[in-house]
Amino acid sequence: MKKFSYHRLPRTLFQYAILLGLAALCVFPFWWTLVVAVSTQGNIFAFPPSFLPQAVSLDNFIEVFRVIPMLAFYKNSLFITVSTVCWKLLLCALAAYPLSRMRFTGSKLVFGVILATMILPSEVNFLVNFITMTKIGLVNTYTGVILPNLVTAVSILLLKQAFDEVPQDLIDAARVDGANELRIFWNIVLPLIRPWLATVAILTAVEAWNDYIWPSLVISKPEDFPLSAGILYLRGTYGSSTRVIAAGTILTVAPILLAFLFTQRFFMRGMDGAVK
Amino acid sequence: MNQVINFGRRHGLLAYLFLAPALLLLVLFSFWPVLFGAYLTMTDFSLVRPTHWVGLDNYRYIFNNDMFLTGLKNSVLFLLIVPCIQLGAISLAVLVNTQLPGIKFFRAAYYVPVVTTVSVVGIMWGFMFHELGTLNYILLQLHLINTPLGWLSDDAIALFAIMFVSLWRGLGWYMVMYLAALQSIPAEMQEAAILDGANLWQRFWKITVPMLFPTIMVCTIMSVLAALKAYQEVDVLTQGGPMNSTFTALYYAYEQGLKHLKLPRGLAASFVVSLGCIGIALLCLRYLKPRHR
Repeated sequence: MKKFSYHRLPRTLFQYAILLGLAALCVFPFWWTLVVAVSTQGNIFAFPPSFLPQAVSLDNFIEVFRVIPMLAFYKNSLFITVSTVCWKLLLCALAAYPLSRMRFTGSKLVFGVILATMILPSEVNFLVNFITMTKIGLVNTYTGVILPNLVTAVSILLLKQAFDEVPQDLIDAARVDGANELRIFWNIVLPLIRPWLATVAILTAVEAWNDYIWPSLVISKPEDFPLSAGILYLRGTYGSSTRVIAAGTILTVAPILLAFLFTQRFFMRGMDGAVK
Repeated sequence: MNQVINFGRRHGLLAYLFLAPALLLLVLFSFWPVLFGAYLTMTDFSLVRPTHWVGLDNYRYIFNNDMFLTGLKNSVLFLLIVPCIQLGAISLAVLVNTQLPGIKFFRAAYYVPVVTTVSVVGIMWGFMFHELGTLNYILLQLHLINTPLGWLSDDAIALFAIMFVSLWRGLGWYMVMYLAALQSIPAEMQEAAILDGANLWQRFWKITVPMLFPTIMVCTIMSVLAALKAYQEVDVLTQGGPMNSTFTALYYAYEQGLKHLKLPRGLAASFVVSLGCIGIALLCLRYLKPRHR
């Protein structure tokens, strides 16, 4: 880690130049889409393009709400995301707890089975899972959208690590006091790993909000789509009104970008856990 | 001690009760698809009529199919971007592993593409790649090209445009992985090397890279698998066009399986991709072991 100092100013400036260039490359498509979305005048594909918005207005955003069921999309996405997060936290924490804190026959095997799902390519799953959903009658339901995403090996591993760090004394003390395992899990250990639960929750929320292939397979009525699938529907149906599509794009991505900006540290922690 | 053993015995059933829901879902949605899928590739399964055993016909079909072979070739081409993205991500991580003011802003900026919905990415880069779009304008202004390029409409370059978007989306993710690893390298090692007179280049290759090796391995495996499975970017940018030039093996699998409802054929194609993934993952695990431990 280098500390900032004025002796190295030329080098620091050079570093900033590279940093800025790369940041521009990452952020520019968003900026450009925003410019297109808030402008009502001017040729979108004019040469030279104007990188600042002309005649700013919110008309295109209002138009999005008029032409597609945007509120319904938001509601659907929110429902799918919130239920995925809640159920995933519960199920993965329940599974991680015994792996970390209980001794039982077959624990190594169970752990191996869970790890194996990381190597099994999930790409095959979509096709067969769709058949499964048809057979058990969950096509066109949000249960069908959510169910296959509830348990992932990565989340179980992250939470197992979290449980590993809880001091054994606390658990022993509770046992001596006569608390049963469920009570220890729910009232003592779970509150202690809250930061890790937050990490898993955030990572899951982003994944669930962004998921579009599986929901668009399971759900057939466009008004039941989540936002990620709905926005492609907007492009498919109103392909000519570029400004409206741009506005819809901004409306889709804004919540997740805001969420990311406020919860950055959880992403970094998730990575920490993934490497270990 | 006695008491602990007592607890241990009682835990058996209880542990499985805790694990049951998760295991059930994993079996149903992770293992069953592989087993049942393997069986289905040997049949002419469809949702509407009885199933017959057809042996390896589906595999024979796809290996005689130009579209699948193009897809396979493109998937392998995708592997070419893997070394680029790893090198880029390591360099980027080294670049942002400083305490310059505002560095957190830059780290966040590089991560923004990672959290963006892929459908939005498709729409945004559609704007960028348009023949009269921004990218062509900038390149024309810099005199790097003479006429506007059809990034997504020219079959010679569309695949590379898609690869670029993959790279754009993935770079920040790998950067954060490497950043986390870099920050766990003890500072004393670098300081000791500086005292011994090692220059920046030597320190990078002799200390940083070996210390990063476990992360490099994990990231390489992940990016190889991601490259073989390239699907989403193709779906939102070109849908396999122009003239089938951007078909990837997995895109072919989904197109057969989901759009044309030839499930066994699509499954056979995805099984070929999967076997490739497993093979490469095992090879990486075998040969990319850290040498210093």
